[in-house]
Amino acid sequence: MIPVLLILTPLVTGLVSLLLKQSETAKGWALLSSLVSLIIAIAGVFFYPKQQLVFDAAWLPDLGSRFALQMDGMGKMLCLLTAVSFPVIFLATYRNEYRNAGRFYALMLLTQAGLTGVFVATDALLFYFFWELALIPVYFLCSIWGGERRIPVTFKFFIYTFIGSLLMLIGILYVYFHTPDRSFAMHSFYRAVLDARMENFVFWLFFIAFAIKMPVFPFHTWQPDAYEQSPTAVTMVLSGVMVKMGIFAVIRWLLPVFPHASVHFADVVIVLSVIGILYASLIAIRQDDFKRLIAYSSIAHIGLMSAAIFAGKSAGLNGVMVQMFNHGINVIGLWIVADAIEQQLGTRKFSELGGLAQKAPALAVLLAVMAFANIALPLTNAFVGEFLMFNGLFQYNMWMAAVACISVILAAVYTLNMVQKVLYGSTGSITEQAGETAPNVQWALVLLAIGIMVLGVYPQPMINLTKDSVQAVLVNR
Amino acid sequence: MNAIIVSALLGVLMMFSGIWVKNRAAITNIAAAGLLLLVIANLLNTYGVWVIHVNTHGMLEFQQFGLFFNTIAFTATLLYVLLSGRDMERTGADTAEYYALVFFVLCGVSILTSFNGLLMLFLGIEILSIPLYILTGADKKNLRSNEASLKYFLMGCFSTGILLMGITLIYGATGNFSFGNSQPIPGTTMVSAPFLEVAGILLVFVSMAFKVSAAPFHFWTPDVYDGAPSVFTSFMATVVKAAGFIAFVRLFSMHTALMGPSWRIIVTFVIIATLLVGNITAVFQQSVKRMLAYSSIAQAGFMLFALYSDNDLAKEGILLYSIAYSLATIGIFAILIKMNDYTFDGFNGLAKTHPVLAAANTVFLLSLAGIPLTAGFFAKYYMLASAVKAGGSIWLVIIAVIFAAVSVYYYFRVIQAMYFKEGTPSVVPTGKSFHTLLIITAAAIILIGLFPSWVLNFLYF
Repeated sequence: MIPVLLILTPLVTGLVSLLLKQSETAKGWALLSSLVSLIIAIAGVFFYPKQQLVFDAAWLPDLGSRFALQMDGMGKMLCLLTAVSFPVIFLATYRNEYRNAGRFYALMLLTQAGLTGVFVATDALLFYFFWELALIPVYFLCSIWGGERRIPVTFKFFIYTFIGSLLMLIGILYVYFHTPDRSFAMHSFYRAVLDARMENFVFWLFFIAFAIKMPVFPFHTWQPDAYEQSPTAVTMVLSGVMVKMGIFAVIRWLLPVFPHASVHFADVVIVLSVIGILYASLIAIRQDDFKRLIAYSSIAHIGLMSAAIFAGKSAGLNGVMVQMFNHGINVIGLWIVADAIEQQLGTRKFSELGGLAQKAPALAVLLAVMAFANIALPLTNAFVGEFLMFNGLFQYNMWMAAVACISVILAAVYTLNMVQKVLYGSTGSITEQAGETAPNVQWALVLLAIGIMVLGVYPQPMINLTKDSVQAVLVNR
Repeated sequence: MNAIIVSALLGVLMMFSGIWVKNRAAITNIAAAGLLLLVIANLLNTYGVWVIHVNTHGMLEFQQFGLFFNTIAFTATLLYVLLSGRDMERTGADTAEYYALVFFVLCGVSILTSFNGLLMLFLGIEILSIPLYILTGADKKNLRSNEASLKYFLMGCFSTGILLMGITLIYGATGNFSFGNSQPIPGTTMVSAPFLEVAGILLVFVSMAFKVSAAPFHFWTPDVYDGAPSVFTSFMATVVKAAGFIAFVRLFSMHTALMGPSWRIIVTFVIIATLLVGNITAVFQQSVKRMLAYSSIAQAGFMLFALYSDNDLAKEGILLYSIAYSLATIGIFAILIKMNDYTFDGFNGLAKTHPVLAAANTVFLLSLAGIPLTAGFFAKYYMLASAVKAGGSIWLVIIAVIFAAVSVYYYFRVIQAMYFKEGTPSVVPTGKSFHTLLIITAAAIILIGLFPSWVLNFLYF
């Protein structure tokens, strides 16, 4: 029952939110709803027995598709990430004003429902449905409440992901007609028999869809623009949770369904990922815009995850699992800082910022924590994940790991550069009147910082949580 | 049989009602009641109750598939009359005659869903087409409407001629009016002549492709759809077009083996051409009405997959496609007719001034674009699935989805105009019942998008 509740709570509260007229009511309602989801998620992940985490009901009997949900280790971890992210996002942006706030929060909650659905669906067609359900509200969110160039940028994002989804749909159909029992169920998909030539072909139909979502080089061009133009609350969802859809889908659907092809093409994908890591890191160094810097840094981090997945070593996969959660909270932390600065000072340009450490010491400390986590310094959660991922990549191919490792240095360059330009130096005309940020932002950041520290020192519970998913991938190879 | 008789009678009744009833709103109500009667008569037929038994000597054959489509077509027409009846009254003075013609078209539709042999196919097509030529020119004082009508008539005559030529060749080759029955005529020495027969089949194919506006025989479509009064474009683009496809599928479904593998090559060519022409041209339109004309060509490209794959999924799919496409297009046209400015900019800011219209229109457009959670998704899904199941070329399917993504571009332009742009659209005042109907239609699209089996199960009861 738990996965159903996790989907229904945001779905129903989201629909109710459409009717809310008052901006304050809508905010409170959304925060309340996301807290309820968080409680359900925590209860489901840590306290309920396994039987409660499975749900199965008839949906489309003629088509061989069922409304089947299940939370395994990876599903639990990502549901937890989703459930943690939304209250934090709502809390951190509590003071931002939106036109038609009721609709804004309704669409946010619908996105949450779609995301949760993607992480728990064990039926390919249902998975496809949720995959799209998560996309459509985001399209409207970005197009209505986004920045100046929102309409073309969001449209590019939509078309990109939609083409990817449709290609995946063909792939799903093809595999479906080769399952032993003509069913969309995950386990039937795992047993589908494809000849080698078609397996290699259909692999790409799926991979392109997931690569666009992650995004992996060269499918990433939608991402910096979309992140920059979206309202920050949506950007947090996009980069904190939504990109995990791609990584999750590779582990859940791509590797087990196309075991031979994913070994066959591992080199290609890893090379693409490593190119993406370096390319994005180099561009990040040149950025003057806070949001664009985070966007490119995010591409680099995701690239590393994708490389580690295809390396297919136990350590690397454990690292990916941990890092999916960690990257989610770290990047949301960075976005919160970016948003706090923009809301207060009206600019995101490093060239116009400086000296904030004197004006807002608390924010400075919190930004420093987030920045260290972004560089993956020891004692922060990202260190654990990145270390394990490099370990896995190293076992697969030393040279690729060595090249990818350059990104660690580059990450330090652009992140510390950012910290320096924002926090230190002398105050400019804009930062002169800066002050401490509102308590709700600080609270959200403190919560994230605690999470970063705790998981950095003691990551074992997270690794234990996703152990079964890692095993499942390794067995199938 | 019920549907053919009742629709013909209702057509005559509507003609005379114009003499006795002067109130136009009353005429619309009579037509709606007549359509309801027609739906009921057809449902009775579906469950084995016949109003009258006529021995057609096997020229008509009533199967579940065709009868189910009749129900769809009549219900769609009922919805269309309820949504756009008011606007039909505004088109010209002869409201009763318009409805009479609509009923005659429906009579043609019911023949097209039950014909058994080329002769009845020809009759059905003609009964369907001639009223449409008149309806296209219904706006008598408008030059463009007249032009469209004449163009449609002349082009229609050509295609009828080609159809007749094809039928003649097939008859000459096989000695009877049903396809794929190449036996010499008893008592003569005439041998079967495959060349003539294949030539005949190709001519019939061309003529049918013309009727459903498949490229490269689509050239009449944009002009006619654009020139005709919008109310009748709505009817032509939905019910009539879907009926054409049902006839097309019915005609060729049993006989594709006759042509061997070359059949698929021909259909592949037509599908790709249709998708290409429809989608690419639609991208460049400035008027929503003209965009919808090209989009209807593009949608025809998807429906042609039913001919390509020719299996049970395809047959279910074409029915689902008819429902999804008709509901959405009738809805969009109902809203479009209320607009005074048909360009994309005319829709700017509609969400602010008319939230209900904008929301319903969004659902319709999403359905046409084939986004999941709408009926349009499953319509496209069935078409693609049938092609994959039939073992067709996966590249054809990939090309089709790429064009589906292109179609998102022009459908979403309307959504962008309504929601993301500022403006004050000028809209004819709309009533509460109109809003309610739109909401019901949109809800139906979403429900079918969640549970398509609810509809398709009717096919097997």
